[in-house]
Amino acid sequence: MSQDIKEKISLYGLTLSEISAIVKEEGLPNFAAKQITEWLYKKDIDSIDEMTNLSLKSREQLKQKYIIGLTPSMKVMESIDGTKKYLFKTGTNNFIEAAYLPETDRATLCVSTQAGCKMGCLFCMTGKQGFQANLTTNEILNQLRSISEFRNVSNLVYMGMGEPFDNIDNVLSSLEIITSEWGYAWSPKRVTVSSIGIIPAMQTFLEKSNCHLAISLHNPFDDERRQMMPIQNVYPIQKVITEIKKADLGRQQRVSFEYIMFDGINDTDRHIKEMVKLLGGLKCRVNLIRFHAIPGTPLNGTPDARIIEFRNALTAKGVFTTVRASRGQDIQAACGLLSTKEMVKK
Amino acid sequence: MNTWNDLKYVETVVIDNINLAQDAFILRFKRNFSFKAGQVVGLGVKTDIEPRLYSIASGENDEYIEILYTEKLDGKLTPMLSILRKGDKILVTNPFGTFTEYSDSPVCISTGTGIAPFISMIKSGKGTNPTFIHGIRTPEYFYFEDILREKLKDNYTQCCSGLNSPKFFNGRVTKYLTENPVNPSKKYYLCGVAEMVVEVRDILISKGIPYGNIISEIYF
Repeated sequence: MSQDIKEKISLYGLTLSEISAIVKEEGLPNFAAKQITEWLYKKDIDSIDEMTNLSLKSREQLKQKYIIGLTPSMKVMESIDGTKKYLFKTGTNNFIEAAYLPETDRATLCVSTQAGCKMGCLFCMTGKQGFQANLTTNEILNQLRSISEFRNVSNLVYMGMGEPFDNIDNVLSSLEIITSEWGYAWSPKRVTVSSIGIIPAMQTFLEKSNCHLAISLHNPFDDERRQMMPIQNVYPIQKVITEIKKADLGRQQRVSFEYIMFDGINDTDRHIKEMVKLLGGLKCRVNLIRFHAIPGTPLNGTPDARIIEFRNALTAKGVFTTVRASRGQDIQAACGLLSTKEMVKK
Repeated sequence: MNTWNDLKYVETVVIDNINLAQDAFILRFKRNFSFKAGQVVGLGVKTDIEPRLYSIASGENDEYIEILYTEKLDGKLTPMLSILRKGDKILVTNPFGTFTEYSDSPVCISTGTGIAPFISMIKSGKGTNPTFIHGIRTPEYFYFEDILREKLKDNYTQCCSGLNSPKFFNGRVTKYLTENPVNPSKKYYLCGVAEMVVEVRDILISKGIPYGNIISEIYF
């Protein structure tokens, strides 16, 4: 990328109000803001020259300071099950990942919100990279826009690298673009944001967004969760759930809990009992996830038979529970693995 | 991020803002609450800037509250904190957090300002017979060195990565831990940025410390 291009501002990833401010600053007619968002988010253009309902003079003027700002992936790996893992370079030599997961009736894209992560969970590969940077709104949405399956994606999950609520402003801007009429106009039901449970940012999210919320639970006991997830010291899961119960959720807004199954650690009958107690009274779903070992972690995945027993026991006690299918194991689809390899090469 | 309106907070008065090193400060302010060593407070100077969390660095019985911070020139809050003077007003939330239970003979490991919960613990007389390993880049960041020497004597290890000197272990905390024995029967308490915590945790686990004996507090 040339120095000239680097200094220009990306239009892609800006909200209508941000583009309106630019339009005003550049002395363009007010209606140009909506025209620009339409080109960016509905007509999928790659250059300002394609904004043909703007005058030539306006386009030339915009080109002096702005670019569309799309970044192609630098690598793509495809699994035998059809899962694709995209690697993008962001900022100053950071690497992030997005995973495309096609199914018969839907196609889900899992996007990252940070390069690295600050949360330091025991079982997470991304955490081993440390933290490099928050992704901009442009960098979050570029993971969707710059893959070849872009228009096939039916669902978006913010479950890739990083903690979305540690980058709440840019995450909310990206959700605004995804769900606004002037943006991609997706239903919020098609988007899920997954968090470890940073309470102040979660409250903001619940106030401002109707997208689904997923919380990384992984252990219902305070002392045990603390050993795996340092965030428990500051924002305990019990308090997170209390705050969710207090929130005025939209009729269609769904809350789910992610639960990675660790053999002998969080998969006992004691855990089932506590989960039922913790989640009682909350309309939610529990999503059980198989653990695929990562280097240097003293944890093993729960055998499949026990995962099914665990699911059945929770369901029998009124907690709707599903088991997530494992995808893309042959291409290291778990977040953080591919970008860590790239960092090591760097 | 949420505004201050959603939080329980008080306005309190700055007693002192002590410049410890080029970009490091102790902010001391009037105490309006009780707390446990290891807890954090949300801190700010006005309600339109979101609170940031800081571990309390003073003792449970001190008359004032202290927090330790480094000024980030591109940060929203710390440039404003660094110009506070005696008598200025600040906003402080109620203390919270549960990094507060310490076993006997705990081994505490931190880098930089991650020392805060441990100095609070030591000043409060908690955690019998603690060991403390502190990693920094240059010696001026060995905060509270005098207190630690006096209270911990040989149980205080200083790791300095940016200056070779016979006075310190020369290298990072991770190098120290790699080269020295660890005790699987002890509990290890880590505090600092995620990168350090994750790296130290991996080393301890690889040397036989059960992960359940490692309790971490991460600055984010």
